[in-house]
Amino acid sequence: MKMEPVLVLLHTEADGALAKAALEVLAAAVAGRAPVDVGLVGSVVQPAADRVAGCGARRFLAVEGEEFAQPRYATDAAAAEALARASGAPLIFAPASSRWMRVLPGVAHRLGGCADTHVTSLSRQDGKPVITRWYYRQRMEAALERAARPWVILLESGCYEAWSGAPGTARLERLPVTAAPRTRVEGVQAPQSGQQTIRPDAALLFVAGAGWTKNQADGKPHVAEAEKLILEFLDRTQCSLGSSKSLVDLSGEGQAVLGFLSHLNQVGQTGSTPRHPKGLATCCHGEEPHVVGWRFVTERRAVNLDANCGWARGKADVVYVADAFAVMAKLNELLRS
Amino acid sequence: MSIAYQIAVCAGIVPDPLQTLDPVAGPAGPALKNEMMLPAVLDPWAAHALYEAANLARQHAGSKVWLVSLSPKAKLQQVMMTVAQKAPFELIAIDGPSSGFTDSAAVAAALAAAIEGIPGLDRSRLLVFGGWESASRGAGATMQVVGELLGITEQFQGVDELTAGPDGSLRILERIEGGCHQVSVCAGPPALLGWATGKLPEPRNNPQVGMANMRSILPALQKARPAVLGPAGAQFHGVALPKQQRQTRIVKDAPVEEIAREIAAWIRGE
Ligand SMILES: Cc1cc2nc3c(=O)[nH]c(=O)nc-3n(C[C@H](O)[C@H](O)[C@H](O)COP(=O)(O)OP(=O)(O)OC[C@H]3O[C@@H](n4cnc5c(N)ncnc54)[C@H](O)[C@@H]3O)c2cc1C
Repeated sequence: MKMEPVLVLLHTEADGALAKAALEVLAAAVAGRAPVDVGLVGSVVQPAADRVAGCGARRFLAVEGEEFAQPRYATDAAAAEALARASGAPLIFAPASSRWMRVLPGVAHRLGGCADTHVTSLSRQDGKPVITRWYYRQRMEAALERAARPWVILLESGCYEAWSGAPGTARLERLPVTAAPRTRVEGVQAPQSGQQTIRPDAALLFVAGAGWTKNQADGKPHVAEAEKLILEFLDRTQCSLGSSKSLVDLSGEGQAVLGFLSHLNQVGQTGSTPRHPKGLATCCHGEEPHVVGWRFVTERRAVNLDANCGWARGKADVVYVADAFAVMAKLNELLRS
Repeated sequence: MSIAYQIAVCAGIVPDPLQTLDPVAGPAGPALKNEMMLPAVLDPWAAHALYEAANLARQHAGSKVWLVSLSPKAKLQQVMMTVAQKAPFELIAIDGPSSGFTDSAAVAAALAAAIEGIPGLDRSRLLVFGGWESASRGAGATMQVVGELLGITEQFQGVDELTAGPDGSLRILERIEGGCHQVSVCAGPPALLGWATGKLPEPRNNPQVGMANMRSILPALQKARPAVLGPAGAQFHGVALPKQQRQTRIVKDAPVEEIAREIAAWIRGE
């Protein structure tokens, strides 16, 4: 059966290397046994190309230069368009990174093709790709195919093992691309609190809910104590910190809150959908708009005072009906030893 | 230099997230069971775009906000009863499906055409806003195509902050990986911004703003044209609810010590 050729579109990171998500997409493309081209964008891409030189690609196409060092719509769209036209492959696979998500739907339009984002799996039926992706914020999963080409498919990270072949020397075909952006990228701003709390690669996701700021058994809130418990736990486990919407919204309402949380920590319907292998929810009720954000968290446990919370209704593997303040204090103590 | 912005906010409507959603196979592809019966809300991230637009317009005299919505007009009218009280805007309604299963490119074409039809549209003052991703399709792919169709190459997604400088420049914070923001400065309009949560709380209902808005909303709904959407690009093999029910073990009346020990062992993978 004749397989449609694939262009794997990758960009380098700030350090010039390829992200794990990029290698995952390469693995997904190579596994299809179709002819593969690799297209690279970045300031200097030879080291990245050499890293994947052994993947069996027909061509290594590149758009290189200072103006392509940083993510920016005008330059990235021009680069991706040039790579796609030079390759001519009817299928274009790319990681669903913030950089490619910003531009590739627009690039697909320029190419007269179509794009699907947040794709979680890829298979072939009669040689044609069939993708799965979620609708209504992870509430239902659809399998679909498209006749239009080129078809740009942005794959979520964590769905494939990263490609791990031997490095070599790739023969780069550099494409001349010019763009006249009206935007200057100034850099990256880390979380305002100075606390790096979002760690996509951590083994554990710890979610704090609004309960941490509510009145406790003595009729008073204990926000300072909550902060201390959570920060120590983060420090000891190096886990990633998530939050419910209610908790991050409280700061907008001027209530006492956990100072290191922002909307970026929010998990759920209008927040993120992290992919940690384990998740521990504390003082969070487990309502559906929150739990849809847990779709890709494999093992789930929750600590809640309420035996009838959402987690208890088939949404977590284990629910501990207990006071999270007491449990976390003891847990920190155990982790110290 | 203060610019009187023209801000077009693209916003669809989505089922209230507290509702249970079930997929059904319809004649034109997948749909939601009892879709027209489900209570709807303005798409949350697009709603933040509206609040940010109103805030920017307030700070720049002569600015104007349009809310451009492709949705079933009877449902949109219901949603407008509350949204109209949040911020001053003029509605441009296009009557069509709000389903997540419609194609983002087709929706984008309808939205771009509506924006192009704004009388007196001036690209040197134009900001196109929308939600970063919808709560229906959740693709984050519609706005880019709107921008392409309008010839706007300065595009930003996952925006949490916009500051207009005295020189007319726009300083923009976009969400990127690892809880960080990318900071960019765009020379000025035209620009397109797909908003995430932004920095503003949801405005309180203001009945006076609601009354003023309603004067233009009702005629806009009346003259809403049916959308002519391009062919459905996707061929769906099926849509299914996940097998999400877990066998939850509920640990009650256990000593704190024992619970902590069990969690510690689980974290350590013992
Ligand atoms: C349009 C829309 C979008 C939404 N999007 C999101 C979203 O993206 N993410 C999200 O999270 N929510 C979202 N929601 C909100 C969601 O419906 C819930 O309101 C929210 O998740 C509740 O947060 P919570 O569980 O932290 O707070 P609460 O509901 O207040 O629950 C607090 C919990 O803490 C427990 N508790 C209190 N003290 C203790 C203690 N000492 N020990 C143990 N447990 C304790 C209580 O038993 C309770 O279960 C959305 C809602 C709407 C309408």
